[in-house]
Amino acid sequence: MRKIGVFVCHCGLNIAGTVDVKRVAERCAEIPGVVHSEDYSYMCSDPGQNLIAEAIEEKDLEGIVVAACSPTMHEPTFRAAAEAAGLNPYQVQMANIREQCSWVHPDDEEEATRKAEGIVGAAVEKVRRDEPLVPHEIPITKKAMVVGGGITGMQAALDIADAGYPVILVEREATIGGRMAQLSETFPTLDCASCILTPKMAEVGRHPLIELMAYSEVEEVSGSVGNFRVRVRQKPTYVDWDACMGCMQCQQQCPSEVESEFERGLGTKKAIGVDFPQAIPNRPKIDPEHCAHLRGDFCWLCSRSCPVDAIDYEQEERIVEEEVGAIVLSTGYDMLPQEVLGEYGYGKYPDVIDSMAFERMKSSSGPTGGEIRRPSDGEIPKEVVFIQCAGSRDPDKGQSYCSKICCMYTAKHATLYHHSVPDGQAYIFYTDVRAGGKGYEEFVQRTVEEDNALYLRGRVSRVYPEGDKILVKGVDTLSDENVEIHADLVVLATAVTPRTDAREMARIFNVGTDEHGFLNEAHIKLRPVETTTPGVYVAGAVRGPRDISDAAAEASGAASKVAMLLSREEMETDPLIAEVDEGDCSGCLWCVAACPFDAIEEKYLTRRVGDREVSRRVVEVNVGVCQGCGACTVACRDGAMNLKGYKDEQILAEVESICLIAGSQQ
Amino acid sequence: MKYGYYPGCTLHQQAEEFDVTTRESARALGIELEELDSWQCCGAVFPLATDAVINLAAPFRALAAAYEAGVELVTVCAGCLNVLRRTNNLVQNDDETRDKLVDFVEEDYAGEGRVHHLLELLRDEVGFESVSERTKRDLNGLRIAPYYGCLLLRPPDEMEFDDAEDPQILENMLAGIGAHPVSYPLRMDCCGAYLPIGELEERRNRAAVAVMRSASAAGAEAIVTSCPLCAHNLEQCAQDVPGAEMLPVLYFSQVLAYALGLDADSCGLEPDGLHAGVCEKIGIGEVK
Repeated sequence: MRKIGVFVCHCGLNIAGTVDVKRVAERCAEIPGVVHSEDYSYMCSDPGQNLIAEAIEEKDLEGIVVAACSPTMHEPTFRAAAEAAGLNPYQVQMANIREQCSWVHPDDEEEATRKAEGIVGAAVEKVRRDEPLVPHEIPITKKAMVVGGGITGMQAALDIADAGYPVILVEREATIGGRMAQLSETFPTLDCASCILTPKMAEVGRHPLIELMAYSEVEEVSGSVGNFRVRVRQKPTYVDWDACMGCMQCQQQCPSEVESEFERGLGTKKAIGVDFPQAIPNRPKIDPEHCAHLRGDFCWLCSRSCPVDAIDYEQEERIVEEEVGAIVLSTGYDMLPQEVLGEYGYGKYPDVIDSMAFERMKSSSGPTGGEIRRPSDGEIPKEVVFIQCAGSRDPDKGQSYCSKICCMYTAKHATLYHHSVPDGQAYIFYTDVRAGGKGYEEFVQRTVEEDNALYLRGRVSRVYPEGDKILVKGVDTLSDENVEIHADLVVLATAVTPRTDAREMARIFNVGTDEHGFLNEAHIKLRPVETTTPGVYVAGAVRGPRDISDAAAEASGAASKVAMLLSREEMETDPLIAEVDEGDCSGCLWCVAACPFDAIEEKYLTRRVGDREVSRRVVEVNVGVCQGCGACTVACRDGAMNLKGYKDEQILAEVESICLIAGSQQ
Repeated sequence: MKYGYYPGCTLHQQAEEFDVTTRESARALGIELEELDSWQCCGAVFPLATDAVINLAAPFRALAAAYEAGVELVTVCAGCLNVLRRTNNLVQNDDETRDKLVDFVEEDYAGEGRVHHLLELLRDEVGFESVSERTKRDLNGLRIAPYYGCLLLRPPDEMEFDDAEDPQILENMLAGIGAHPVSYPLRMDCCGAYLPIGELEERRNRAAVAVMRSASAAGAEAIVTSCPLCAHNLEQCAQDVPGAEMLPVLYFSQVLAYALGLDADSCGLEPDGLHAGVCEKIGIGEVK
């Protein structure tokens, strides 16, 4: 029989004030196999830990129970102390007689002491059956992948690369830059977005450790933390980017002009070219839907104009396989589709635009060269109505959540409008002004006091044209008056939404989503950039609405997590994971369906019987992915699946012990 | 297919032309309408108080009677449609209310029946193309402002009549019979409902005036509606809207029945009175 030691902690009066700790220690000494049992005021203190170490060494203990606080508090402390004294750290068991006993039964010493005896007795039965366990070591591929090349992805890629690790940055569009590349100025300092973004884009483009895969999308991910295998689809650009010099002769020559999504419908683009002049990589792509040649017409203008013969109408997509140790997801956000807001005439009346269109208008490289003009007739608007919460905080028609950035960018828009059109008037319908951030509240106050914006607390019911104006009908709930404004331009602060294909991406990377489709973090407060899949991190608006400051901070947070992972040669994984007994496994695969981490795979055992090969299906646990949640052990019909350290026989022994002690106490 | 017809009170009183033209239109399109035996008023307004179960007894009785007779209900009055359809939803989904109604009315009915608007049958069963093929008169591009009001469309998840922010059913019907549907912003605004009918000193109905002016400004020559209360409120505008801006108010079924060949008199069109302009444009009397 194994020699077990029991150490009962007083925790000052936290435990000893209620539980008769001396009696618990004495009773435990009577349990067969317990060769050492004592109590002490603070087991976690140095003298307390020394008591444990001495007992392990002197009595050759093969398992110890520390009856004290919750394992989340001091299990690591006592495991380390035991390991230093020569005992395997997984043969240390905490018996929680503080949170689960003394603290919840402060008025009944007898009852609390009896309960403590039961808890400690059960722990003795468990630790008696604990095997010495050793963490697994798995090698790490010292390379990361960042998916999404907006400001978040760029920041993460740069931070990881600056830490010395190679990064592959995968971007769906032909250029990096993301949403921020569309913005004019940024709150709360009114920096021009391009001025702070394009140097970063260039840095990404020339960093020796960053490999940029633009116009590419991730198809499939396999493997696990430290060793992911990723299939990336490089879409055809119909331009040989290695040969191309970026002179953009092709863009000038192209005769097909189409509406530009980048300009939010306010401007046009060519069927070949870049979305904006500072694009990185500065290489054009052909839009096959609008290219005359690819649609079968007689047109070779881009091909003829190219000085290096880089146009390749026959180019096909390529699949590339990459191996990386860690992945950061930073694919950003979309905006509410136009049709959701029928009552605002969005998409129907040209002078009702969304905030991103306003950004393009204010951008010096935008369709109006930085001037605010009505899309319908090009006039300078003298009355502009901004409608906040257009689809946000509206569970009936839009999204239930607050889109977070709209209060600030609308204040910014009103400020910029006042700077451009000093004799104009901005009206802002709002629900609440949420300006939590460094310098944010002050910015909003300046918008009101110095830039003359009129804030109206209330919602807008209808927007429709009347003559050459747009009539905005709303309510000001502070004065309790209906408000009608004959506006020249209406700007909707449309809700930030998940990417339309966010759920599909979540499936590819095995990450959870919330009810809206934003990716879930491992813990919303304390593990904000990790996910429940080890080695996959999230940052920025892919988690929910974010402004640039938050996105950049999260990007650096995710990058440091990646650097932590990649800085090790090998990775230790917790040995408290599932283990299958292949002899008992019937290959039903119920555990595969139960596993939330995709950590279980089927495999076939073959053996020779006479002159035939017989093959049998069983399962295999991927030690790098298993999180030890135990779902598979419950699903297993054969009892073949067990969680190390928490085997069925250990749990049953604990239950039996509790029943016996409870019975003997009556 | 045979349907149980629920005309509602107004169609037997002030809006007889609505009743006649509905029956005639249905007949011309092969929809058999048989008036429900001894129906009673739907209650006119769907009660918003959750404990006002007694107000649901009348519509419940009509729904149960139609189900008993083995027919699905058809109505054209927006108010009746609103009350009947929402009552049916409630009976389907709220066990407590259903049990009370079943006990009180002594009819075993659990919301199995359906309630249709004639326009929905034209769209979903007959098809507007088929309606178009059966027209016998040309409306000569008469510019008509379709007026929805509230009750057909709202609440959207219960009525499921059409897109509540951008409905097209009236427009499509009008285009199908050769009229020109006019687009104007206030087609879904409230007409003022019962407010102008009460004992208020201020009788002037600003809501209806705004609708009338909006339709007129968009170049309409007439307004059509499916609601007797809307029609009443719009007609009462005459005292507040100058003659030139005041448009004739018709039920959708009046222009539909006329296009399908019913004579102007039976359609309730008055060439010498209110509808002179309309009648001149569509050329009363000529049949293809």
